[in-house]
Amino acid sequence: MNFSNLEQLYRSVIMDHYKHPRNKGELDNGTITIDMNNPTCGDEIRLMLDVKDNIIDDVRFEGHGCSISMASASMMTEAVKGQTVDRALEMGNEFSKMMLGEDYTITDDMGDIEALSGVSQFPARIKCATLSWKAFEKGFKEE
Amino acid sequence: MDINKIRQDFKVLDEKVNGNALTYLDTSATSLTPDRVVDKTNEYYFKYNANVHRGVHTLGTLATDAYESARMKVRKFINAKRFEEIIYTRGTTAALNLVARSLGDYAVEEGDEIVVTEMEHHANIVPWQQLAKRKGAKLVFIPLESDGTIKLESVESVMSEKTKIVAIAHVSNVLGTVNDIKSIAKIAHDNDAYIVVDGAQAVPHMTVDVQDLDVDFYAFSSHKMLGPTGVGVLYGKAEILDHLEPIEYGGDMIDYVYKEDATWTDLPVKFEAGTPMIAEAIGLGEAIDYLTEVGMDNIHDYEQELVNYAYEQMEKIDGITIYGPKERAGLITFNLDGVHPHDLATALDQDGIAVRAGHHCAQPLMKWLDTNSTARASFYIYNTKEEVDTFIRGLERTKEFFSYEF
Repeated sequence: MNFSNLEQLYRSVIMDHYKHPRNKGELDNGTITIDMNNPTCGDEIRLMLDVKDNIIDDVRFEGHGCSISMASASMMTEAVKGQTVDRALEMGNEFSKMMLGEDYTITDDMGDIEALSGVSQFPARIKCATLSWKAFEKGFKEE
Repeated sequence: MDINKIRQDFKVLDEKVNGNALTYLDTSATSLTPDRVVDKTNEYYFKYNANVHRGVHTLGTLATDAYESARMKVRKFINAKRFEEIIYTRGTTAALNLVARSLGDYAVEEGDEIVVTEMEHHANIVPWQQLAKRKGAKLVFIPLESDGTIKLESVESVMSEKTKIVAIAHVSNVLGTVNDIKSIAKIAHDNDAYIVVDGAQAVPHMTVDVQDLDVDFYAFSSHKMLGPTGVGVLYGKAEILDHLEPIEYGGDMIDYVYKEDATWTDLPVKFEAGTPMIAEAIGLGEAIDYLTEVGMDNIHDYEQELVNYAYEQMEKIDGITIYGPKERAGLITFNLDGVHPHDLATALDQDGIAVRAGHHCAQPLMKWLDTNSTARASFYIYNTKEEVDTFIRGLERTKEFFSYEF
């Protein structure tokens, strides 16, 4: 087996988020709840946000899916927590670019999400990584 | 059966995947296509590229002959009584939608019941849900045994005078369960109900005789039986089809068109509006020739050998869950503890091994199995025991990779 390719995809920081997800669970008193699934594979996510004065005050997620989708959700919650909505959406944009193999800018406030850059080499898995970010964006499109 | 010779008939088997020889274990999704089927499909475009059933020129006649002779091959292959009973569709999904709409409108009224199972592919459940909604009818599920099989008593237990249609898979695309269609058809008929069978996973792998099974409708796809994509078949008993209305209208299917109304032509073209998938149907005919030459019984026996060989080794892997009965068609659906099926499929792909991961278009069954997602390996005539060994090694190494404490 070509372990080097696999290791590139499944970096230890990803597996750490998968096995020890951050911000997983229910959020009482959240202001926005978004459900999203990936119909082709069955991955599901529920994203709960508490937005006050345009700031993501708190965030939690529930769901099930592969290591990539769940690790990405965990990383995303860490990145957006405490950010303004606009900044968080900007992060989502940069993440999309990273997935598409375009030039992107990752700054320190975005946490671990760059660990997922290897996913861009696995086209069939990009949807896994973007599920939670899409859910996040949907939360603000619907308003 | 000379497997090495068979493998030489599939150019795609020479492809390298991530630097490895391709180990294709995803036939249940779509089979590989032998070169001669591709050639036959091309022959239409190179030699007699014309529309069918129209005009009198030479190419048109050649195209019509090839298209209709493929229909004769299909008829013989499933032992239908008459060629009029073979309707070309876009695939199994389109065939089942056609029956659900056309037979549904004819036979189902408010308060009636449609019997299905939880092991159905979405294509054999969603059209019936929609029919039930349209008509105010009810879906009734045959309870499954814990190993994913169906007892005939269970079929009998859900039948009533309200049952109008029994819709069921011949072979489950997830569990590999082979349903006793002949007995279930008898139960349906004893209760004055029609039986509709999703044969997508059966026709490519075993001898199917629609007269012996005594089914009313039987659907299958070309692309799972070495044929091209985009074409499939709905078999229906002529005496029933005669009463049914088409669901698509337009060219070819009419008898006469007046300003305000129209009449329909005879079976089977009544159900084939518009220019059909000509090259694909001709390719399907070639695939049937190929399968017939190898012999359906040989194919079935060889697949059983492969699946049993794989099952015995998979069973020994610590932390594996195999779904479905021990006696099964040539596919194995499973999960490895601690490895999500998508991660598993990505890891195996690094070794050139193609397996399916996901819900397999069977979400109600996933719920019944109490899982969200599974992996599936499926086998066909071009697979070998060596490939099974490669697959087992891949499973073991994947397990090792993901059990590492990151």
